[in-house]
Amino acid sequence: MIKVRIRKKFPPSEKSAGFTLDVDFTAPCGITVLFGPRGAGKTLVLDAIAGFLHPDEGRILLDDAILYDGATGVHLRPQRRNCGYIVPNYALFPHMSVRRNLEFAVRGLARLERRRRVRELLERYHLSEVAECLPREISAIQKLRCAIARALARAPQALLLDEPACGLEPSLRASFYSWLQQVRDEHAIPILLATHDFEECFESAGEVLMIREGKIAQSGSLRRVLEQPASVEVARMLGVFNLLPAEIRALDPSRNSSRLKVGEVELSGVYYPGRFLGDRVWLCVRSDELVAAPQNGKPGPNQMAVQLVRAVERLQTVRLEFAGGIVVEMKRALFESQKHNKEWVVEFPPGALRVI
Amino acid sequence: MVFMAVDWFPLWLSLRVAAWATLAAAPIGVGLAYLLANCSFRGKKALEMAVDLPLALPSTVLAYYLLVVLGHQSPLGKLYAAVTGVQLIFTWQAAVVAAFFHAAPWLVHQVRVALEQADHSYERAARTLGASECRVFFRVSLPLARRAVLAATVLAFARALGEFGVTIMIAGNVPGRTQTLAAAVYSAVESGAGAVARSLVLVISAVIVLLLWAASRLSEKRAS
Repeated sequence: MIKVRIRKKFPPSEKSAGFTLDVDFTAPCGITVLFGPRGAGKTLVLDAIAGFLHPDEGRILLDDAILYDGATGVHLRPQRRNCGYIVPNYALFPHMSVRRNLEFAVRGLARLERRRRVRELLERYHLSEVAECLPREISAIQKLRCAIARALARAPQALLLDEPACGLEPSLRASFYSWLQQVRDEHAIPILLATHDFEECFESAGEVLMIREGKIAQSGSLRRVLEQPASVEVARMLGVFNLLPAEIRALDPSRNSSRLKVGEVELSGVYYPGRFLGDRVWLCVRSDELVAAPQNGKPGPNQMAVQLVRAVERLQTVRLEFAGGIVVEMKRALFESQKHNKEWVVEFPPGALRVI
Repeated sequence: MVFMAVDWFPLWLSLRVAAWATLAAAPIGVGLAYLLANCSFRGKKALEMAVDLPLALPSTVLAYYLLVVLGHQSPLGKLYAAVTGVQLIFTWQAAVVAAFFHAAPWLVHQVRVALEQADHSYERAARTLGASECRVFFRVSLPLARRAVLAATVLAFARALGEFGVTIMIAGNVPGRTQTLAAAVYSAVESGAGAVARSLVLVISAVIVLLLWAASRLSEKRAS
């Protein structure tokens, strides 16, 4: 388990505005995804854990070991932290073969043990055929497998991955995720994966830490984050929510219902504990939970007449973008039968309406 | 015919002096460059200035300092005499010292730039794999910067070969003993031996061009 509570201030300079990293989280054994846009501070967090960033204050614990403690001045060197760290370019030593790269990591063992360990890693990560090749001579997925094998060669207590799949083609990413699941199952260690790709959160499952502007905006399981984003910023980061300004017009806890005014339309929702009449809130609805349909007469309850701005076809769905910033994901087959439709309504299912 | 009549001792002496000076400057220069490129420590600015000083000072001033520090009456001069049995000043070894101070700061600058521009993710990866700083340097940083280091060493050799001002002040210009090629050209011109001067100038120019070509080739390969 990794426990991180650190603060690091970067004063403004000519090249960049000031930035403060202030995070407090726990990453248990298994995969924890550190999700956030570029510049949110993901790499800084990993650097601090690996020992390349000296925080101003706080504490970093890896199991029972103190890696950093601002109060007592403990700051272990990267060599003594026993954290495997894979950076976006994988940093395989370009002047060493795959085998030499792995041997570099297991130095310190007896010669026979070293050879056995390297052979084992080459076989387990399907690298035996390219063992004598230089990193530039092997494919991207082989490079990534070699980087994982090298990072795990010393049996680290934690594995840090910084945008590991960013250099892979989409077709190879599935292979990487299956390797990652295998690593998770074989090694009972915390794996912290930093990414700005939301798909990677789904693939890796586990816990998600939403980081924004140097702070953890929300943490928990991916399902929980998707069910109830903690803030408008988190909802925007996820990129799957419609955010509409609304006002609470009615609240009825006995019937578990509410009325929300969105523009000129009133929508029915569930009861929102802790909210009051007249509260101005953000209505937050996932685009896949909304239903778009052709307009037949006057819009029904919880429906809103909208004008289609454009339709973006994807592999399995069509993204319908309506005036007013409402986005609906529709199945391709359904869209095919309705694509000539001119007038639309969007239905807001009461159970899908969240307020922030 | 003129080539046959020229005394080629200055060429061999210059090559020998430059080789020794480069041999000393390379490890010291690379070490200093690594220190300045990768480490933060108190006195770093002072060290940077000390490295730059021989480049900025006039040759005669630098030579004067060396005469003071290595002269017969100085502690270092006495120590050298006690160990080797001869004085350092006005020997070919003094020319090596002069060439060293002419070449080493240049080498430090070149190697430092190469080390600073290198991709540090490899060194960081090596550290996370438990490698000591010494191992990181010898197994990762140095092999990755080897072409830059070689190019800088070749250029340093070329600079050492052409040293004149400091050499003539601390090693002298004794034909057959401490007269380097640059000093021989100076003497030939001063004494009106134009043909000899031309021969020496042609040879030293050819050697320097060859060295520059080698350094350029090394740099090209590094870039590719």
